[in-house]
Amino acid sequence: MKALIVLEDGSVLHGKGFGAADKSAFGEFVFNTGMTGYQEALTDPSYNGQILMMTYPLIGNYGCTMPENGHLPLEWQSNKIQAEGFVVREYCPLPAHRLATKTIDGFLKEQDIPGISEIDTRALTIKTRQYGTLKSIIATYTGSAPDTKKLLETVRQTPSPDTTNLVGEVSTPALVNEKTEERKNGKTAVSPALMREKIMVVIDCGVKNNIIRELVTRGCSVVRAPYNISAAEIDKIKPDGILVSNGPGDPAHPEIIATTVKTIKALAGKYPMFGICLGQQILVLAFGGKTYKLKFGHRGANQPVKNLQDGKVYITSQNHGFAVDPKSCPKELEITGINVNDGTVEAMRHKDLPIFSVQYHPEASPGPWDSKYLFDNFIELCLNEPTSKR
Amino acid sequence: MPKRTDLKKIMIIGSGPIIIGQAAEFDFSGSQACRSLKEEGYSVVLANSNPATIQTDLEIADRTYIEPLTVEIVEKIIAAERPQGILSGMGGQTALNLCSELAEKGILEKYGVELLGTPVQAIADSEDRDLFRETMLSINEPIPKSFACNSLAEVKAAVTKIGGLPVIIRPAYTFGGSGSGIAHNNEELLEIVERGLLYSRIKQVLVEECVSGWMEFEYEVMRDKNNNCIIICNMENLDPMGIHTGESIVIAPAQTLSDRDHQLLRNASLKIIRALNIQGGCNVQFAVNPATGPSDSESKLSSGRTCDYRVIEVNPRVSRSSALASKATGYPIARVAAKIAVGMTLDEIPNSITGKTYASFEPALDYVVLKIPRWPFDKFRTVDKRIGTQMKSTGEVMAIGRTVEEALFKAIRSLETDRIAFELTPGSLKALVSELVEPTDNRLYAIAEALRQGYNITTICDLTKWTKFFIDKIWNIIQSEKVIQSARKEDEAKTIAALDRETLNAAKRLGFSDEYIAYLLGIDNELPVRARRKEFGILPDYKMVDTCAAEFDAATPYFYSTYENDIAKYEMRNANLSGANSPIRNPQSAMSKVLVLGSGPIRIGQGIEFDYCSVHAVMAAREQGLEAIIINNNPETVSTDYDISDRLYFEPLAFEDVVNIIDHERPDGVILQFGGQTSVNLAIPLQAELDRRPDLPTKILGTQAKQIDIAENREKFEELLNRLNIYRPPAGTGYSFEQVREIASGIGYPVLVRPSYVLGGRGMEIVHNEKELEFYMTGAVKASKQHPVLVDKYLTNAIEIDVDAVCDGTDVFIGGIMEHIEEAGVHSGDAICVLPPQTLPERIIKQIREITRELALNLKVVGLTNIQFAIKDDTVYILEANPRASRTVPYVSKAINIPLAKLATRVMITPLLPPDKQFSLKELLTLINQGIRSGGTKIFMENGCYGINIKHTAIKAPVFPFQKLPGVDYILGPEMKSTGEVMGIDKTFDDAYYKSFLAAGNSLPMTGSVYITVRDGDKDKIIPIARKLKQIGLDIMATAGTAQFLKNYHIDVETIWRISERKTPNALSLMREGKVKLIINTPTEGSGPQRDGYRMRRLAVEMGIPFITNIAAARAAVNAIQTMSGQNKALAVKAMQDYF
Repeated sequence: MKALIVLEDGSVLHGKGFGAADKSAFGEFVFNTGMTGYQEALTDPSYNGQILMMTYPLIGNYGCTMPENGHLPLEWQSNKIQAEGFVVREYCPLPAHRLATKTIDGFLKEQDIPGISEIDTRALTIKTRQYGTLKSIIATYTGSAPDTKKLLETVRQTPSPDTTNLVGEVSTPALVNEKTEERKNGKTAVSPALMREKIMVVIDCGVKNNIIRELVTRGCSVVRAPYNISAAEIDKIKPDGILVSNGPGDPAHPEIIATTVKTIKALAGKYPMFGICLGQQILVLAFGGKTYKLKFGHRGANQPVKNLQDGKVYITSQNHGFAVDPKSCPKELEITGINVNDGTVEAMRHKDLPIFSVQYHPEASPGPWDSKYLFDNFIELCLNEPTSKR
Repeated sequence: MPKRTDLKKIMIIGSGPIIIGQAAEFDFSGSQACRSLKEEGYSVVLANSNPATIQTDLEIADRTYIEPLTVEIVEKIIAAERPQGILSGMGGQTALNLCSELAEKGILEKYGVELLGTPVQAIADSEDRDLFRETMLSINEPIPKSFACNSLAEVKAAVTKIGGLPVIIRPAYTFGGSGSGIAHNNEELLEIVERGLLYSRIKQVLVEECVSGWMEFEYEVMRDKNNNCIIICNMENLDPMGIHTGESIVIAPAQTLSDRDHQLLRNASLKIIRALNIQGGCNVQFAVNPATGPSDSESKLSSGRTCDYRVIEVNPRVSRSSALASKATGYPIARVAAKIAVGMTLDEIPNSITGKTYASFEPALDYVVLKIPRWPFDKFRTVDKRIGTQMKSTGEVMAIGRTVEEALFKAIRSLETDRIAFELTPGSLKALVSELVEPTDNRLYAIAEALRQGYNITTICDLTKWTKFFIDKIWNIIQSEKVIQSARKEDEAKTIAALDRETLNAAKRLGFSDEYIAYLLGIDNELPVRARRKEFGILPDYKMVDTCAAEFDAATPYFYSTYENDIAKYEMRNANLSGANSPIRNPQSAMSKVLVLGSGPIRIGQGIEFDYCSVHAVMAAREQGLEAIIINNNPETVSTDYDISDRLYFEPLAFEDVVNIIDHERPDGVILQFGGQTSVNLAIPLQAELDRRPDLPTKILGTQAKQIDIAENREKFEELLNRLNIYRPPAGTGYSFEQVREIASGIGYPVLVRPSYVLGGRGMEIVHNEKELEFYMTGAVKASKQHPVLVDKYLTNAIEIDVDAVCDGTDVFIGGIMEHIEEAGVHSGDAICVLPPQTLPERIIKQIREITRELALNLKVVGLTNIQFAIKDDTVYILEANPRASRTVPYVSKAINIPLAKLATRVMITPLLPPDKQFSLKELLTLINQGIRSGGTKIFMENGCYGINIKHTAIKAPVFPFQKLPGVDYILGPEMKSTGEVMGIDKTFDDAYYKSFLAAGNSLPMTGSVYITVRDGDKDKIIPIARKLKQIGLDIMATAGTAQFLKNYHIDVETIWRISERKTPNALSLMREGKVKLIINTPTEGSGPQRDGYRMRRLAVEMGIPFITNIAAARAAVNAIQTMSGQNKALAVKAMQDYF
């Protein structure tokens, strides 16, 4: 099977197709520099609306894991592939791993996602680095090649995925109690530090499963809430804390401003809050700050973040195309972490209220586990917060 | 945290001579550390005994000591220099052990020297097996069940506790796995334990649960004092546990770990470096059970499997693996570790590769890196070639590719063995299976062969314990071979025509070389394939190593080739996608470009000396404002450090790869003189290619290919010598045994015989009579029409001389006339050499100078040349002339303080320089003379040659790998066996000689017994030596024959039994008891199996007893002992800066 990729600047690259046959997909072209974790990345809802390229040339070496008895394996960050298409230099048809039950090709086929290989991925990385993120179409074909001129026209005419409410596409439609399911799995180890179970509301803007797992393994009862949940509905749950999750797209999308940002604004000071990735941007917007789109974002597992409070450097997992504008930082918020490479805002906290956030992914999956302690910090924050406030 | 200001002067200890397990990587890390500290304003003192290192160049450190690396000597250096701090982690295990000892003995405290970086306790916690175990257990990291034992009884008890054999025995405090092994039965247990207790510095071995066959992974970790930790790189060994990582094929990054697997091991690594309190770099090795993977508690619960990995070992220092990780990722580990040692933190150390980011990040690779070790088995035909827990390789190559297959092909090509790729391996089925189960250096090729013969992939996995992933990659190659072969037609033209674009493109993308494609197609020359490839526009793309997978615009000048799908085919907008990444010459720059060919992997006969010269060539070109580009594939070396050249190509040094780079770069000149035989062999094909390619501006700089051919070709060379009236020992060429016999008897025995088709002294032997000749001709070598045997008269009792000279076509500068201590016949690389010559009369020196001049001018040498002479009965014979840099260039350069390789480069690049910089050799020497301080010795002109005298004595002594190579006899001959060298430098010969022995690891005794056993021909000569030994106060032991002989001359000797008499005391028992402090043994002529002598020599090697196999060397040694045992006599140290 053949495949091609068309970028909005008119570039056309030809390669070998894999995954879904005779299928084309539109998305924003982004690259991820992680050398492992392709399955976690593909299923990360933050990639909704994007065509994902791995810069590491050999992808699929350790295959893919598949659900067993209805339970999602740890690699799965949601119940499906979220990226629109997948671009690699070479995919591995014969994976060697004890847990692999499918090839990457098989996984993409099953999920009906097109993939393209035999592409000069480094050239495309350099292009993206130089010109910024581009819109693109990837198409696999078994017959004659699609008309590239037409495809280019489509790419150019289709509005940027950011203009749609991408969060709405990946968020849970209704409240889900995550605790019971995880317990059935036998994965819960209640921390003895917890005197009683804590109830956490996770506002699902496209939450990665591992965020929920990290809370559940710490003994929390997690309620996954739709992104557009109202403040009143959250009050009804009486949570000990609120986690605003990661997610795709522009945090300043009108739909988000009208829903999630509004809810957070209403609840600030009432509950301890923890924002992750898009969650941090939503918190900032709620306090009157601004966000902006990065030239090509941070996607990988090696981003160094300097914690301005203890002076230490943490290697973090990241996946974001938007960032907090430090100049717009509301005065009640304080920047507590910056990216060592480019100085962008990586962590913030409220000067008075039990609210903090990070731009990176402490839940890892994929990426380093160095920042998992933040979940402990969050739970501790919830424990220390007098319930009398509510 | 900013750097410390309380420190001013810091000492760095190097690793000494190149030995198996400690190669050029520590020159690379040490010189990087020196530069890193000087950059921060510290004054640096360096100690290293190896003159063939960049770090001992006078401008690298502020104070440079080329002195033996012993505690006593280092203490003297500390006393003289009074540094405030010392860096232990840059000189391998040698430096680490030295620093531990300096600390233990209170020397550091006495002089107020602080151990910087990793503290002593951390070193002990990683190196001492018991302490390491305790630490790992305290942080819940799984380690193999193990017990540190100090006796055989303890070992036996431990084996019971582990649950029986097999077990692994590892001696504590050794490097390169010395003395370790797997014991499958009691006999092996006994042998390995005995040896291990002996090798261990603390007389301790570790008995360990055997995890042989598990997967092996390594993590390179970095930590600063703020507890910031990062992983530089992880690596996966293709060979399973049970094969030393230095002996394993290694790939980076790990290929078969999932993200969860990787994060689990990454986390464990960070936990470990923190628990050990290491500040700087360290290397953590893991064994992973392939059945379960490194599952964590969480997945354990879900999968019901147990946590199955083991922490195997931690190196609390820069290591060979970290050198590889450094080159594989572009992350300068030693540079950063040095800065951490002076208190800086990762987030304030800039990443000099990107110039934009900081050292606190983890490199992202967008390529794969493969390392294959280079073994010396071609030099040691009797050695046990099986690879295992003990290191036997002398060097390694690294290849970068975008696929595993591409990297594999490149690495094999870089090894420069007789193979080009996976060509057919002859051998029985049984041999094939045994190769898969009990590997030698050939396993990789055996796997390919097994696949070709239809072995099931799963079976191969079972036999080799390789992960299927990698076998699949070789299977891929074998499949593609078939596709390529399908183009084969009845003749070359039709075959080439049948080779279509798609097949060729696919083959190139998979890494097939033109040469291998030609081989598969039955074409005996790669050129038609190359032409076809270019016709299709299939050209390599050069990609950058930038630590960040192109996320940032990097400034690094560091490239590898790969084949992307034809870029022209893409309708790329804003084009120049690869151009943004490509080293295309800046059009504004009027600079000329010079390409220097490196010397590839370190092997016996082509060591670090050539890398040293390549680096100097690059430096000299850059100093003159030229752009200098280097090609090399050795990850250990300074030449492949990121900031040495303007651009580095990490590529094989094969014709195709070199010409591709010439096509891409279009350099003005190519320098071949410094890459050893590797690049000299390329001279003729390269010149031919340049002749075919008038479109290229490129010229071979220095001595022309035609002239090199004259020196290398016997007939042409002989013709020249005849014309010049220069003597050479009688010689001939035989095409059959009968012919060889005839020539030999014609010129008279003994003769030196060697096959013509192998280079570098392989298969060379001295034969003394017809019987030995017959043995040689039937055993080692077959003479044929294509492969004649060369016969030379062997001059007995002759003095051998090496000369290194620089010539510009008009004038000749002799850098040094080196006199060998041993008689001619010992390979010049193995001989002890002295500068200046000690016994040559002025008349002979004059002749040597005149001949050197004649030859250099007539060979039209431009650059360096090395000429070997033999002096017999006052006649000067020439043995050979090599129009290239020799391995003695660094030693001579250090001894005279004139960088010969730089001078030669300056001469060679003259045509590329602007007129105001075009100096003749004469003018350059005048400039050097002006720079020599008053009172120093100046360059003079005599007998038509320039030269320089020195007031001190510098002795080069070889270091041998016998200890690491069981089954190899300690006999020196015309084949080179040494891996490295040391230099002893002092005012007098005796002091320098003593130092050179000490530096080579042989401490000459002042008291105790000397065991003497010499062949009959040497008995007369041993009398004065024995007499002197007695005068000094040493005792002499000998077996009946020698003893009686000496007694006849009234020398008091203790008579002992021959080993074969099986009575004590004999040599072996006395050696084991530690009574023998020195052995003088000249082996009986001829190479028959000498059981007694062999066993004694092996034991001496294993016990580290100084051993002299030559009368001349013995004479010099006894003189040195006599001088050193004089009253109030002690070795003095002196910085190199103070000699000149």
